[in-house]
Amino acid sequence: MADVVAAGKNPEILFWVGCAGSYDARAQKVSIAFCKILNKAGIEYAILGKEESCTGDPARRAGNEFVFQMTALQNIETLNMYKVKKIVCTCPHCFNTLKNEYPALGGNYEVIHHTQFLQQLMEEGKISVQGGAFSGKKVTYHDSCYIGRVNGIYEVPRQLLEKLDNQLVEMERGKERGLCCGAGGAQMFKEDEPGDKRINIERTEEALDTGAEIIAANCPFCITMLQDGVKAKEKQDSVMVYDLSHRQ
Amino acid sequence: MLQQIVFSIIVFYALWNAGKLYMRVRRNILLGKDEDLTDNPGKRWQNVMLVAFGQKKMFKRWIPAVLHLFIYVAFLMTQVELLEIFIDGFFGVHRFFAPYLGILYPIIISFIEILSVLAFIATIAFLARRNVLKIPRFHKSEMTWWPKLDANLILLGELTLLIGIFCMNGADVVLQKVDPEHYHPTGFFAISGWLGPLLFGWMNEGGLVIIERFGWWLHILTVLAFLNYLPISKHLHIMLAFPNTWYARLNSRGEMPNMPEVMNEVKSMMGLTPAADMAMDDELPEFGANDVTSLSWKNIMDAYTCTECGRCTSVCPANLTGKKLSPRKILMDIRDRAEEVGNKIDSEETRYLKADAKDKAYALTKDNFDDGKSLFDYITREELHACTTCNACVEACPVLINPLDPILRLRRYEILTESAGPQDWVPMFTSVENSGSVWQIPDDRDKWAKDAVGS
Ligand code: SF4
Ligand code: SF4
Repeated sequence: MADVVAAGKNPEILFWVGCAGSYDARAQKVSIAFCKILNKAGIEYAILGKEESCTGDPARRAGNEFVFQMTALQNIETLNMYKVKKIVCTCPHCFNTLKNEYPALGGNYEVIHHTQFLQQLMEEGKISVQGGAFSGKKVTYHDSCYIGRVNGIYEVPRQLLEKLDNQLVEMERGKERGLCCGAGGAQMFKEDEPGDKRINIERTEEALDTGAEIIAANCPFCITMLQDGVKAKEKQDSVMVYDLSHRQ
Repeated sequence: MLQQIVFSIIVFYALWNAGKLYMRVRRNILLGKDEDLTDNPGKRWQNVMLVAFGQKKMFKRWIPAVLHLFIYVAFLMTQVELLEIFIDGFFGVHRFFAPYLGILYPIIISFIEILSVLAFIATIAFLARRNVLKIPRFHKSEMTWWPKLDANLILLGELTLLIGIFCMNGADVVLQKVDPEHYHPTGFFAISGWLGPLLFGWMNEGGLVIIERFGWWLHILTVLAFLNYLPISKHLHIMLAFPNTWYARLNSRGEMPNMPEVMNEVKSMMGLTPAADMAMDDELPEFGANDVTSLSWKNIMDAYTCTECGRCTSVCPANLTGKKLSPRKILMDIRDRAEEVGNKIDSEETRYLKADAKDKAYALTKDNFDDGKSLFDYITREELHACTTCNACVEACPVLINPLDPILRLRRYEILTESAGPQDWVPMFTSVENSGSVWQIPDDRDKWAKDAVGS
């Protein structure tokens, strides 16, 4: 961002990369794929780079308001300094926190999730998709909690998938009733509490029951969880877990 | 005349006693902290109309929704009949509304009767679902003897009520033919019109009068008993569902309530605001909640509204995979603890005073109360730590209860006030605080972008 502003430009959108998008090998690929799409569509965008900090979602949900406030207020300082107006996120947790929690702290932006943004671009004719490797394949879509139930976005990602002329099959628990992958609420950063089963295994089994060859998701943490689930079920060679933006 | 006096005494006693019980519930709800939930009344009324009156969220599951709807509409409609019973009882008249409503009267009663039959069927079906079919959400570990008995008692109470109505109306129909002097013809009742003669047609007038009075008294006594039973039962939802949907939080589900105390302190630490003169008193500030007195009053109202239906628990990913967490249990625990604190405050025993208030002659209130226990004696850490904040429970609840909110308040207490919590989280906290990322990774945050340009 600093470079772009120094060059006297005022980019239309800020791409919020998030911790996963920055450091997690799988999610990095999504970040790169999304940047490629933006480039192709001729969108002027910037990232905060080293000035971006964790939004604080896991700290807050674990109960650590101090750490949340520290990182959130820092981010808001930075965003306000650059007069950012519109933010696109690839991570539902970043999306939710920026959109719903930063306003109370003094950070007001238009925040959209990358699936929404991709659909806008398609509607405007700036990008198009072909089925390609996906044509005719059976795909099932996993609703992340923070895009689905929490923010009520169910249809946009499904419409995107349908454009890839594949066969979209629903899991038993979808949309409002979609089952969590098990990572939210800072579970990602701790061992499970004692129980019979891991949540990601339960969800992966449900996804595999549809007979889908591809499990599509919209959240870096869901992807990790489901990928682990698929591995645990030894299906990694026949079933793929993809982010929606990936491989377009 | 004697009947009128007995009736009045019973009714006034029952209402007075019920009033006391409801005031106790109100007091227990107000053990919680203030929270202003009155913004946007338009949206709030909409919630009451759609969710409480309209039963919107029940219709995610069709079978129980339809069965419940029968009982619910029958309940609303019988209020007309109940009003008539009150007037008849106080003034010693019989079927007071009949001459005034004319042709409408048998139509209204017929409507009530048809709904009552449907409610009868629904009640039997519910009893069967609960006790014969093994629906898992009715048999989780928190469903101990009392919650199970409570559910069955209410259903049996409903059956009693319906038996009362049909005895009363059925005998009346026959009496209208035998003794039209006293029992004025009212027009045809859809069910008792034929059921009455079928069941009671063979009786003499004396027997019929007894049956009619028996049904009448059974009806009103069941209603009064019900009214007094509600405050200790999960069936309080038939009253509290309305205020509870009105007061439901309207903010986005994704927003955890901000903590301005913490925000302001962090702001001054970061030099964003001039250092507020933090008059740090001797007591360390408490953050989050460890008891009903530090929860919001809305959390406690939620707990009293909970019908223990278990819709939340049946969709909870933690519970589904065998973890100890059950959102329904969280609500039941809050209610039990609120009852305990309420009872202890009522006992006025000085041993429940906070240590520093002991020697002074204070009356026991929620502010100086300390019995050495807390909600953590009811809810274990393991339960709290298992929550993924997925909001499935919030989505599932038919009366807009939010089981997630108290879980997060308790987590805040554990982390902020006790500096406890899962050890696994500590590196994440440290890393976010020191390096602005959830993982401690030495690479630059934008290394991926540089690599991408390079490749
Ligand atoms: S938010 Fe927590 S308690 Fe509620 S369903 Fe999800 S995991 Fe269970
Ligand atoms: S919280 Fe709501 S869904 Fe859960 S048991 Fe109570 S009433 Fe049912």
